[in-house]
Order: sequence, then C-alpha cells, then structure tokens
Amino acid sequence: MMIRVVLPAHLRGLAKVGSEISLDVREPVTLGTVLDAVESQYPALCGTIRDHVTRKRRPLVRFFANGADYSHQPADAAIPDAVITGDEPFIILGAIAGG
Amino acid sequence: MRSVRILVGTRKGAFVLTSDGNREKWDISGPFFGGWSVYHMKGSPVDPNRIYGSVTNDWFGQIIQRSDDGGATWYQPGIPDGESAASPDGAPPGESNKFVYNTSAKTGKPLGTHQHYDGSQQPWAFKRVWHLEPSLTNPDTVYAGAEDAALFRTVDGGVSWHELPGLRGHASAAHWAPGAGGMCLHTILLNPEKPGRLYVAISSAGTFRSDDEGGTWKPINKGLHSDYIPDPAAEVGHCVHRIAMHAARPDVLFMQKHWDVMRSDDAGESWREVSGNLPSDFGFPIEVHAHEPETIYVVPIKSDSEHYPPEGKLRVYRSRTGGDEWEALTNGLPQKHCYVNILRDAMAVDTLDSCGVYFGTTGGQVYVSPDSGDHWMTIARDLPAVLSIEVQTL
Repeated sequence: MMIRVVLPAHLRGLAKVGSEISLDVREPVTLGTVLDAVESQYPALCGTIRDHVTRKRRPLVRFFANGADYSHQPADAAIPDAVITGDEPFIILGAIAGG
Repeated sequence: MRSVRILVGTRKGAFVLTSDGNREKWDISGPFFGGWSVYHMKGSPVDPNRIYGSVTNDWFGQIIQRSDDGGATWYQPGIPDGESAASPDGAPPGESNKFVYNTSAKTGKPLGTHQHYDGSQQPWAFKRVWHLEPSLTNPDTVYAGAEDAALFRTVDGGVSWHELPGLRGHASAAHWAPGAGGMCLHTILLNPEKPGRLYVAISSAGTFRSDDEGGTWKPINKGLHSDYIPDPAAEVGHCVHRIAMHAARPDVLFMQKHWDVMRSDDAGESWREVSGNLPSDFGFPIEVHAHEPETIYVVPIKSDSEHYPPEGKLRVYRSRTGGDEWEALTNGLPQKHCYVNILRDAMAVDTLDSCGVYFGTTGGQVYVSPDSGDHWMTIARDLPAVLSIEVQTL
C-alpha cells in the first residue's frame, strides 16, 4: 500500500526530502509497519523517531493519523483507512516544547 | 600562502569560516544542519578535508555527519542518500547514529547506575555526543565523548560506533554525577608521544587517563579541591570544565575547573593551582599557544551562577608562564555591557607562525586574534549561540 507520510522539518533535511514522502508499506498496515518502512527507505532517519534498541518512540515525537493521536498506540495498532487509501497522510511531528 | 578554516558549532547549525593566512577577510558558509545543535566538529589531522560533526537535538536524537571535502558537503557515514539499501560496505543502515552502551558480560560491564543531582542513583542513558576527537594517525578512527559520560570509538569512518567500556566500568562510576550541563565527557586528548595514552575529562567526575588505548582508566585528580562536594579532595566528583595540552609536551596538562585553573607536570598524577591574579578563576575553556607551551589562555567568568565576564568586560587572560601570572587581553573586545559566556569547546588556536587565537560566544560572536591575543577582531557577529570552535591550519 502506498502511504503518504508527513515529516517534521528537522527530519526532512536529514532525509533530503520535501515535506511529504510516499512509502510502499506491507500489509497489514500498522503503526509499526509504517515506521519500519520510513526507516527502511530512509535509513538516515534510523534512531530519530524510535530508539535504536528498544524501538520505543522518542519522548518528544508524536504520531497522528486522520486526526487521531497514535503517539501512545502499540506497534500493531491498525492505521485508519483514510491513510491507507492515501486520502490522508500519516503525520510524524516534533512535540511543541519550549517555544 | 597557507589558509585557515574555522569549524563553528552553534545551537542552531554549523558554520564554516575560511580565510587566507592574513586572517583579515573571512568567508562564511552555512548554516549546515539548520535547527540542529552542533556540539562539535573536528577534522582529521592526517586528512583535513575529512571532518566529523556531532549533530543533535532533544527531539530527534544524535546524528553523526561527515564531510570529505572540507565542510562543503556532508552526509551520514554509511547511509546512502534517500535509498533503501544497506551501506556499500555492508554495514546495517543507520548505525552511524547508534550509540549503545556496552553491557556484554564478556567485553563490557553491567550498565549500572551513576549519581544524580539529588544523590539518588540513576541508570546510564545516552543523550548526545559532546566532543569528537579524530585519531592522530588514521582518518577512519575517531573517539566520541558522550553524555551520559562514556567514550565511544569508530574505526570505520563513522559508520559504526562502539563503547570503550573500561571507562564507564571504572569502580568509581557510581559516584559520578552530572554538572549543570549534564554528565558529559567533553574533553579527549590524545598523546602524540605515547599513542596508547588518552586523557578524558567528565563533568562532574574529573579527569581520567588510560595508558592502554582506552582499555583501562585511572582517575587523575590528586590536588584538585572542590568545596562544592562532600569530600573536597575526593578521588572523583570534581567538575572539570576542560583540559588542554601542548603536543610537544604531552605530560603537561592545564585545566579550567568549575573554580580554579590548574596545571599538572606529571601527566595528571598531581595538580597545583595556577589561578594567580585572575579576576575570577571560574570559566570554561582553556587553550595552549601553538608554539609556546607555557603560554595559555582562559576567559574568566564571574561565577558559577553568573555566567558572564566580570564587570561586563570581555577579557581573555594570557599567561606566558604556564599560569600564576596573567595579563588581560582586551584590544578589540567589548569592555562594557558584555554578558555572554564562552563555552568549554569554543576556543582554539591555529598553527601559523603568528599564532591565531579564536573563540566564540553564546551571543553568536566569533573573535579572532592573529597575533597571539594582542589584538582581536570580530569575524562573525550574529550567529546562534556558539557551542564549539575548531581551527584547521591548511
């Protein structure tokens, strides 16, 4: 499935991409498989979204899909159909902190 | 004519400043890695175009960047641009960002804990790389000083990093504690005469020496006195801000401590205070003249809570006697209403015949003196807060 993913500005620069990327994500499309695809296609982002070893989300990174907060969802959480169909992007966001 | 390249790490990106040997006109390129904090950049002594950078922020973690063309372009070692593939040499992708403490029973130590600000014990947790020190002989080998304090090394040009666990595994490690900036390993000195000898400094643990390429370590803090810790003369726990060494005399070390400027003439076995007539012996950087091993520089800061120059006067202090006797260097530096700080890695020297001295401030200024500190010029005025300065003489 081709999934649209919006990256925060810091990670766009690292991956040398624009604000949005398209990824071929294996089914079933879950939070974990989307993030796996991001890291697989853009290895420069390994460790910037999830910890290298524990695979846990970095504390100041947030995930949103079709208006829902996925930041605290487990890796096997299903992604909304609107994201799977490409109508809505999966959003990776740096938490607003200190600004 | 020879030229000079300054690598400036700032709170919001990296800058590269270049000039010919006159050091009067400067070109500034950057920002590189805009929005990221660049704690440190340093070039290989054997391949000056090979530069390593520590790029980090609290949101997205630690990135290592490398340039093979003198800072014009950068990449993450081992990671192909925007491609889904392992690196050309077969290493797993993304390893260049990976700093994992060695916890194996065979080669490492149990991760253990260290002291926290409140005296409780906290598990070790990697935060960032404060300092990168390329090998004196091999451009692919680089040491990295981390927070929480640990020493890492790459031998493949930054593609992968591995801890030298003997340091963090030292018996005193449970007593190490963070300074205000975190528990950082911020200084790494490589002894050119004894290749296996390394010095590191940690806030707040102190200074350590290895004579076996980082395998085992010895605290070398005898003579330090810190009134802010329970035992002022303890073996570890001192907030050493930076140490410096002249390559021609690697057994002589100079130290800027939380308070006190110190020197050792026996490879750190003992220290004595050389603060002398400084207006304040609190500060962060300390540097040694390129050609005069007894000429050293510090920038006094008012106190541990007031991180700005005494009386609002930005003064570099120079001692031509290896300490004790100091003179203020003010020509070209602001002498009123100046309340910037100069961080521990934000001072450096070049090796031209007339030694240049450089420093950057938390106000975003970069100053250069092409004549050993007698006269100063502002060569950048409005950068983000400067975290580090390294100078390459080309």
